[in-house]
Amino acid sequence: MAELFSKKNLKLLSNPLNSSNPITVQVLGICSALAVTAQLKPAVVMSLSVVAVLALANVIISLLRNTIPNRIRIIVQLVVIAALVILVDQVLRAFVYDASKQLSVFVGLIITNCIIMGRLEAFALGNKPWPSFLDGLGNAAGYAWVLIVVGFFRELFGSGTLWGYQIIPDSWYIANGGFYENNGMMILPPMALVTVGVIIWVQRSKNPELVEENK
Amino acid sequence: MENLINIFIKSIFIDNMVFAYFLGMCSYLAVSKSVKTATGLGVAVIFVMLITVPVDYLLENYVLKEGALSWLGADFADVDLSFLSFIMFIAVIASMVQLVEMIVEKFAPVLYTQLGIFLPLIAVNCAILGGSLFMQQKAFNNIAEATSYGLGSGIGWFLAIVGIAAIREKVQYSQVPAPLRGLGITFIITGLMGLAFMGFMGIKL
Repeated sequence: MAELFSKKNLKLLSNPLNSSNPITVQVLGICSALAVTAQLKPAVVMSLSVVAVLALANVIISLLRNTIPNRIRIIVQLVVIAALVILVDQVLRAFVYDASKQLSVFVGLIITNCIIMGRLEAFALGNKPWPSFLDGLGNAAGYAWVLIVVGFFRELFGSGTLWGYQIIPDSWYIANGGFYENNGMMILPPMALVTVGVIIWVQRSKNPELVEENK
Repeated sequence: MENLINIFIKSIFIDNMVFAYFLGMCSYLAVSKSVKTATGLGVAVIFVMLITVPVDYLLENYVLKEGALSWLGADFADVDLSFLSFIMFIAVIASMVQLVEMIVEKFAPVLYTQLGIFLPLIAVNCAILGGSLFMQQKAFNNIAEATSYGLGSGIGWFLAIVGIAAIREKVQYSQVPAPLRGLGITFIITGLMGLAFMGFMGIKL
């Protein structure tokens, strides 16, 4: 047991949360990260789907790693990922139909989410199943927290709600004689990009070693 | 004809793959450091989308959709294979990219060496799969509409990546706050470009 949670293994879990975060440092998986974050709920559902797909795909590829011929590994990886994504899609449709409607094509796009391909290529193909599982979990969690933070701010400032519940009191709105107005721009796609930009800014000012050199 | 032009313009400017749906962002951010490579990748994406969207359209309508197999006989009239669409689309894309790679290598070796690694990487560009999935969702009437959608989406992506590459070349010379350098400022610029593109919204042709 102690070996399973050795320091090295825990690093696999904690590094992707900050210093090698898939979104803000490695720039992987941005595509789906931005489109589903106009509200908190789809962001959370999307995060959970990616956690499931990435952890399982990492384990499966790691188990198969000595039997996959090098030349066709991309196709094998795509098939494994696509099969898992179909499973996730069917589960979402069965249990949270509304959220799956909201996510529309972006569930399918988990297949081409570069985090997943990237981790399979970089980690699962060369490591044992247990570390691969932790690596998958860690990277998916790193992806998830960015998604959830972006979703939180966009929903709070864009619609004054969180998870669909009203947060900003009704009496604050100008329509009711108050002083507050929702910032409709936060819901529009471009503001997702700016929000992620600001997250990167904050993260890098806290971790100066992540700052890029000016070439 | 009017309809086709409408779909074409709409997919370039209003439903722009990058600015409205954030598709293909990974390669968009990674390969946009110089205009030259960005142009190469953009052209390759247009090319692949022009082929895969119509092929996936045929696949969707003659194999996967509920009742699509009725041309095989009455027994197959209520077969619904649509849950297979993800895996079929990605297989078509992967094989098309392979095919395009071979054709380009044979007939345009110069372009082939210029594109290098980017060509095979297109297989995992979300814009391509996204194009096919949106095509499925929009339920086009005929293959010509699907083709013009594919071409338009490709051109929209091309415009976006060439635009950001040109801006990034200039940003090199400006004083960006250290933590924002590189990735951060690129995100914010993309956001601003997206706002500009939103100005096209509501255009009816």
